[in-house]
Amino acid sequence: MIAQPGANMTEPLDKFIEAAAVTLALPLDEAWKSAVKTNLDVTLKHAATVAEFELPDEAGPAPVFKA
Amino acid sequence: MALVPTETRWSTAAQIAAAVNAGEVSASAVIDATLARIARLNPSLNAFTAVTAERACAKARALDATRDKKKLPLAGVPFAVKNLFDVEGLATVAGSKINRAHPPAERDATLIEWLEAAGAVLVGALNMGEYAYDFTGENVHDGPSRNPHDLTRMSGGSSGGSGSAVGGGMVPLALGSDTNGSIRVPSSLCGIFGLKPTYGRLSRARTFPFVVSLDHLGPFARSTRDLAISYDAMQGADSNDPAHADRAPEPATPQLPRGFDGLRIVVAGGYFKKGASPEALEALSRVATAVGAKDEIEIPETARARAAAYVITATEGAALHLDRLRKQARDFDPAVRDRLIAGAMVPAVAVTKAQIFRRWYREQVLKLFARCDAILAPATPCTAPRIGQQSFTLDGIEMPVRPNLGIYTQPISFIGLPVVAVPVPLKPLPIGVQIIAAPWCENIALRIAHALETMNIVAAPTPPALGG
Repeated sequence: MIAQPGANMTEPLDKFIEAAAVTLALPLDEAWKSAVKTNLDVTLKHAATVAEFELPDEAGPAPVFKA
Repeated sequence: MALVPTETRWSTAAQIAAAVNAGEVSASAVIDATLARIARLNPSLNAFTAVTAERACAKARALDATRDKKKLPLAGVPFAVKNLFDVEGLATVAGSKINRAHPPAERDATLIEWLEAAGAVLVGALNMGEYAYDFTGENVHDGPSRNPHDLTRMSGGSSGGSGSAVGGGMVPLALGSDTNGSIRVPSSLCGIFGLKPTYGRLSRARTFPFVVSLDHLGPFARSTRDLAISYDAMQGADSNDPAHADRAPEPATPQLPRGFDGLRIVVAGGYFKKGASPEALEALSRVATAVGAKDEIEIPETARARAAAYVITATEGAALHLDRLRKQARDFDPAVRDRLIAGAMVPAVAVTKAQIFRRWYREQVLKLFARCDAILAPATPCTAPRIGQQSFTLDGIEMPVRPNLGIYTQPISFIGLPVVAVPVPLKPLPIGVQIIAAPWCENIALRIAHALETMNIVAAPTPPALGG
């Protein structure tokens, strides 16, 4: 799930944060939610900026494991 | 004229080592003066979180008793380290409250051992942003380290104490870490020199990590020569850091006199000028004019590179701290905690996409080095903001200070390029310029920095309020 730029994520993001906190066993005080949402929104927008850049299927990630 | 201990405050590491080696001053006298200075200045600058006085005095006495100390390039030179370096006998707090419960480190970090093998003397550990997730130098547990040029302003982060201690004349040499800009941002704001070497060049063994795939360590100093001498002392093989490159040491100090003759130096355009303050552009212009850099080069997809670094940082940082977030979330700095919790929620596909982009971006930037030897760019978009300042305006857009002071450093460390940050002594506040070289070409960036220093274009200014 990578947010597209400009998408209205307000309600889905709130729900996603609630679900993710429970799933990941992360504490989420009511007072923290707004800042967590702001930070997640910014990070997902950065992720979308990266994801929309087309690269070939053969492009490999930077870290390479060597046995 | 003999160097007396009270005059060592603004001396460079090279000058101190020369005086100690010449017998003009003892290492013990240098360290005694340094410890007295730290006691006097730290209440204002808040750079040190621990002072290792007993250890430092013992080391200095041992040096003074050494017959062949002339072989030591850093004989008697006091230095301090960001408090994420292991120091034997101290808990490695990494700017946090949580790590204070850790047992004391049993052994120094590799880079401390190697600097001390070169004659340097550790005098303490330095303030930093919590877990290095910071560009401001503020710390909710220890208080902010302060800018020596204006105590109401930020030192820059996350190696804020390193910038404050060197810029304020407490020590001539300090070590810090740089994941996205944490050496270059404090260097810029505090008006000193900083070296972020190539990723994998200097060992990170026995330091507390932040983002392992992006973390670098390096020195801060008030001269290029001190950067080079300390960098040379810290090169070497170390199997205790898995990312450490298997490369023979390549001493930079002997290369300094070569200057920039024959080097093709260009200026980064586009992204690196967008949002830059008049001060950042003035500093860049002075440096570019001095080295005859007339051509501009466009580093492709820089904004996307910064975005990818942001994603990797958020997620790797969250992975590192996941268990602490679950058990001790209330013990974090709230600003760090909220970013890390958000990072834990980012889908894995975003991270993989960012790492795929990283490889592509690296290939594009390396191609540029076929056409040039070094690239100049601003180190920070502006001079030091006020402590507590939450937002600033870049390119007409208001944005938070904390993550955005590093907009010009983040796309460079993302692919591990070596950079020397040089201070341009503008009034009333200095600001830095990045000299960026190809991987493993630290010597080129250092040569250019040294030449600029010789030309009086760059210099670490003495803070007027702190005096001599």
